[in-house]
Amino acid sequence: MTAAVNAKSRTARAKKIRQFVTPEGVDLELKIASAGLRFSALLVDMILIQLTLLLFSLLMLWIGLASQSDTTVVVWMLGAFLLRTFWFIGFELGSRAATPGKRLMGIRVVARDGGRLTADAVVARNLIRELEIFLPLMMLGTGIAEDAVSGWLILAGVLWSLTLSLFLLFNRDRMRMGDLIAGTWVVMAQRVKLDADIGVDAAGDAMVFTEAELAVYGIFELQELERVLRGRDPRAMREVADAIRAKIGRPVAEEDDVFLLSYYRQLKARLERKLLFGKRREDKYASD
Amino acid sequence: MIPPAAPARALDAPSFSTSRFRAEREADWIAFDLLLSRLEKKGAAALTSDELLQLPLLYRATLSSLSIARATSLDKALLDHLEALSIRGYFLVYGVRESRWNRLRRFFLYDWPAAVRSVWKETLIISLIILFGALTSYSLVSNNPEWYFNFVDEDMAGGRDPRATVEYLQSTLGHGKAAAAKKGESGLHVFATYLFTHNSQVSILSFALGFAFGVPTMMLEYYQGMGLGAMMAVFSAKGLGYDFGGWLFIHGTTELFAAALSGAAGLRIGTAVVFPGARGRLQAASDAGRTTGKVMVGVILMLFAAGLLEGFGRQLITDTMLRYAIGSLMLLFWLAYYYIPRREDVT
Repeated sequence: MTAAVNAKSRTARAKKIRQFVTPEGVDLELKIASAGLRFSALLVDMILIQLTLLLFSLLMLWIGLASQSDTTVVVWMLGAFLLRTFWFIGFELGSRAATPGKRLMGIRVVARDGGRLTADAVVARNLIRELEIFLPLMMLGTGIAEDAVSGWLILAGVLWSLTLSLFLLFNRDRMRMGDLIAGTWVVMAQRVKLDADIGVDAAGDAMVFTEAELAVYGIFELQELERVLRGRDPRAMREVADAIRAKIGRPVAEEDDVFLLSYYRQLKARLERKLLFGKRREDKYASD
Repeated sequence: MIPPAAPARALDAPSFSTSRFRAEREADWIAFDLLLSRLEKKGAAALTSDELLQLPLLYRATLSSLSIARATSLDKALLDHLEALSIRGYFLVYGVRESRWNRLRRFFLYDWPAAVRSVWKETLIISLIILFGALTSYSLVSNNPEWYFNFVDEDMAGGRDPRATVEYLQSTLGHGKAAAAKKGESGLHVFATYLFTHNSQVSILSFALGFAFGVPTMMLEYYQGMGLGAMMAVFSAKGLGYDFGGWLFIHGTTELFAAALSGAAGLRIGTAVVFPGARGRLQAASDAGRTTGKVMVGVILMLFAAGLLEGFGRQLITDTMLRYAIGSLMLLFWLAYYYIPRREDVT
């Protein structure tokens, strides 16, 4: 890890963040959901739709055989149509604006202009989905059905339709065609539990570090340390504790967790004090 | 593992510390979180009026906490939690402004007709394209019946081609002896449902294809018109033009209108992308998308009506005059519903 790598990962993160100012004037800093998450959400939804359809078909088959009437065929056809067309629309119109797949991945749909997500936008973005999913399949299907068409032509057709389907890979905001048309984004919206405050009352600690010992690290290292402390994995703690000890030249005298916790508290207190005075030290490479 | 804060020491601490900030505000965040969870699960009805009044206060308290925390705290877990909570809160507090019932009412009374009115130019163009397609194939098939097989699938035609006899053709229209024999069957509703789902898929596709600058949409609509004209030519060559018209008219006015609207919606998107005008291209596309989203919901409803007319009305009503009357009535109804000017919704 060098300064350049750190800076690079920071700008990569910043690239995913979109300004989203509430009427109260606070920027919510929404993060665009990655293509991988989007795809997994779609996959989960597809599987769920198929499962529901299967259960529904079995139920209808059972009722149909029992009652000997063809009304069940009508119900089945309508149900299958509604399921396929309105699964996404129905869930995205809910208060969480996310299908089960999206909820699982911790993402949701929002209106790009910061307004509320309207029903017409949800309908538009999901009707376009028909095209994005089924056009490449259709191209393949017709290509296979009609032998007259040469392999290259099929390939061209599939490629063309794939550029429509994979449109979200070619823009910064990871917008599908449907998102583009509806004016929506898909952003991160996972819930984060409020973890215990591990930085309480730094003065209560037995170990006291000198100013020079604390000056070696910045915010990035502090938050990595926080992650390790919250993770509570003894092996990771040992590694990190040894690294810090080596860096500041302290002997191995205390338990790892005691050492790390008091170092964390004092480092956090020091960096937060500096923050109050307008000095934000991003990482250890930045000047103190 | 984490020792509790010693109260005696806390008094010596500097007057502002992020721990103290958190201790003071934490109760608000937890209360807000609980309210949001209930709101998400059960809707606004689950909250008492006191709690509803609390909601915006807690929301603002949380947002203000977020601003302070961003400026002063380096606790990643705290920042992440506050950010997630604020985002959740924002979308719930600002998300819903009217009840479902109101939304539905406004959609049927104002939004749907207004959206259809606003794509009138595209509707006209697509209608002309369908008509043009019908005329092309009509004249081609009239001159040389062999053309017919280029326009209509063998499966779709079901024997309704230039080689068929007059009696057979008549029977497909629900007239004559053969049709009377078939009346006993009860497959009408299955047929209607099939027609509805199939037509809906086609119109959704014709809308979605609009993205490619509207060209595939226009081609699809032209092709639809071609099939129509070819059939027309076959029937009128056998002197059944008037009856075929009635057979088509009863549901066709609704269905073709819906097809034209779905094409118009696709075309609107295509043109918005190519000619965004004074707006940005993205802005133009999303404006078009929202208008046409409404149109498309309307199209699916129209197709549902057409499916009913086609499946039930057409099979049960065999009198050609009556078929014409119902078809014209439906057309008049749609035209009046969409295009008679009315006062805009104020709210």
